[in-house]
Amino acid sequence: MNTLQGYPVGLIGNFDLYAPKLVDREEYFTPGHRACQGCGEALAVRLMCKALGKDTVIVNATGCMEVISSLYPTTAWKLPWIHVAFPNAAAVASGVEAGLKALRRKERIPDRYVKTVAMGGDGGTMDIGIQALSGAMERGHDMIYVCFDNEAYMNTGIQRSSATPFGASTTTAPPGVASMGNKTWKKNLPEIMVAHNIPYVATACNSYPLDFMNKVQKARSIQGPAYIHCLSVCPTGWRSPSEACIKMGRLAVETGVFPLYEVEYGKYRMTVSMPEKLRPIQDYIKHQGRFRHLTPEQIKASQDRTNLEYKKLLSKIEHSKSWSEMSAE
Amino acid sequence: MANKKWPEDWQDVTPGCIVFEPGSASQYHTGSWRAQRPIWDNTKCIKCGVCYIYCPEGCIIEREDGFFEANLDYCKGCGICAHECWPLAIKMVEEG
Amino acid sequence: MGERKGMEIALAAAEAVALCKPDVVAAYPITPNTHIPEHLSDIVAEGRLDAEFICVESEHSALSACMGASGAGARVFTATSSQGLLYMAEVMSIASSMRLPIVMALGNRSLSGPLSIWNDHSDIMSQRDTGWLSLFAANGQEVIDMMIQSFKIAEDRNVMLPININLDGFQLTHVVEVMDFPLQEEVDAFLPVYKPYASLHPDHPCSMGTLGLPEIYAEATRAREAAVVDSKGTILKVWDEWDKRFGRRYEPVQSYKMKGAEIAMLTMGSMSDTAEEAIDALREKGVPIGLLKLVLWRPFPYEELKKAVKGVKSLIVMDRCVSFGGPGGPVASEIRSALYNEPGCPDITNYIFGLGGRDVAVEDFIKMIDKVRLADKKRPKEHYEFYGVRGE
Repeated sequence: MNTLQGYPVGLIGNFDLYAPKLVDREEYFTPGHRACQGCGEALAVRLMCKALGKDTVIVNATGCMEVISSLYPTTAWKLPWIHVAFPNAAAVASGVEAGLKALRRKERIPDRYVKTVAMGGDGGTMDIGIQALSGAMERGHDMIYVCFDNEAYMNTGIQRSSATPFGASTTTAPPGVASMGNKTWKKNLPEIMVAHNIPYVATACNSYPLDFMNKVQKARSIQGPAYIHCLSVCPTGWRSPSEACIKMGRLAVETGVFPLYEVEYGKYRMTVSMPEKLRPIQDYIKHQGRFRHLTPEQIKASQDRTNLEYKKLLSKIEHSKSWSEMSAE
Repeated sequence: MANKKWPEDWQDVTPGCIVFEPGSASQYHTGSWRAQRPIWDNTKCIKCGVCYIYCPEGCIIEREDGFFEANLDYCKGCGICAHECWPLAIKMVEEG
Repeated sequence: MGERKGMEIALAAAEAVALCKPDVVAAYPITPNTHIPEHLSDIVAEGRLDAEFICVESEHSALSACMGASGAGARVFTATSSQGLLYMAEVMSIASSMRLPIVMALGNRSLSGPLSIWNDHSDIMSQRDTGWLSLFAANGQEVIDMMIQSFKIAEDRNVMLPININLDGFQLTHVVEVMDFPLQEEVDAFLPVYKPYASLHPDHPCSMGTLGLPEIYAEATRAREAAVVDSKGTILKVWDEWDKRFGRRYEPVQSYKMKGAEIAMLTMGSMSDTAEEAIDALREKGVPIGLLKLVLWRPFPYEELKKAVKGVKSLIVMDRCVSFGGPGGPVASEIRSALYNEPGCPDITNYIFGLGGRDVAVEDFIKMIDKVRLADKKRPKEHYEFYGVRGE
């Protein structure tokens, strides 16, 4: 079985089949890391590093990617890398950015642009790390923050986070006679980032590698704060087969659960063509063990809300204008 | 196949536990984890590189002749490459 | 040599830090140390200091940003007190384990609750196990001197550890004193440009803050302990150089009128200056008493302390916070532990005093000493006692 079957033609036409061969072959995130087999997040990190290139400093929050890649005395990173603690990737990155800026100005390091990139999971970004993220973005540091969202605190064993979707089973919000699993809707962090008035916000997914890498490169070219929210499929936590990792990401996009868009200076734009009619979310959740307890009513509630959120996004895409356009009016 | 050498003496621990060899994780061969491995049928392969881009380990390499193969020192047997291959040129076979 | 100026000590601390030319300052305001980062941001705004001043959104982020900047190879500084110190507590231990030479000014303030903005030592004492070097200043001159010395100590290749300088909140931070400021050229000659042991740059990539499995954590901890203990050598060297350059001598345990002393009082911080007056008064009455000022808190100065108390029969240790349910105030506990095996270890009395900004006058010191001096039983019955608490 492969992913070719059952896809609307339009979507296939968007995938540039031979582009992978043009991608930088250097692996800045080397094999030998201890991620689970089929880890979408590890794939996303690997792709991000290819898009960033070697003049980058990575600041990593505590989480899956940090523990699997940096077991003393080895490291999977070929880029300069620092990890401090769980909630402060954005704060440490603020310091790195300021330090590199000062040192370059005082000519104590070579006169070359080096990008600071902070990365964290949904826990380290949206929950415990939101204060530092908000502060760093608000202060306008020249850095990228990439959130690798696998929709739970996966590293500590699949606990509920604010990114956990409605109805998902996690170890701290499990389903049972007295509970339906996660009762809340996924926190919309990209919108919170847009509200910080930063030049670039985007959503991405490990299943759309070229879209993700293009967004990383665009973020890198911006002299200011940028935020990318990358949905990272976690077969372990989502209880889906490891080989279907990429398929899960595609279904998340095609059902409208996680549309891929970018907001550049206030202008919203969908970056992956969406089908005229979205696939039902049942197509997406039926492959994932974390949703298997949901009743048809709960699935319908989830479908209705998904449709609503998607409509909200389409409305923004249609009506938003860039800041320069608005100022000129 | 772990080739990890722990420092014999506490005095040999690098200050701050900093690791100065970038990419040294490749000393650890995660290939020992897998239960199945990918096999390429090069009569079907169209050399598109999709398997290369989707491998979470980054262990699929393009050979001189343009075909691809997995570095079995690191392949964890997740099956993504086989699942994503458009012309169905990759098959997962059981180990051992 | 130097410029003699009078100003508020917190502002003087900022001026001293500015002389050291930090590259990044990241600090969050908290009473009573707010004037330090405020004045530093003034100095940056006036163009007198070329530094990135990051107005971080919390103390946790302040120390985190300092870690990032120090990791990048910059000279960094931050300042905080009390609750702010506790908020950055998670990062305190990490800063020491990652061997980043961060300099921090602590305007000592009592910990909540009840909420108190006034001075005692409960904030720093809660962080003594974090692996930071720690100095205590007793007056404005010591504050300026220690600020400048700290950069040199922390950045030394044999040290590479974060360091905090403790100055009593309000009692020192908001007091105006006349101090001798070294000139910029003198500081430049004393303090070289920071050359980091490792830094984050693509030309020489490394990974900082790695994961330590059980197979390595014990060795890493042992190595860190050795680094903290061995830093004393560098501290003494730096103090030697300071004496030669500026004519002011610092020692881990400073003695005041200890010649022939049978009784000794041990203080830390600004209370030492007040205690000196009490010692003077008692000496005039012929009491064989002297004062020990503990200047170096971490690494703990074992040898110097043992030498200083030789011949002393009764040692009165002054603590400005209490370790709840513990065997005495933190300083007394450590002193007792340090002197336990020493032949001729003095009787140790522990007073817990000056909590939450409670003023302590010369008369109070005399009262406390007299109580010990004139007691019937020589070995104190209580492990510790509170002084100056109504109803006690």
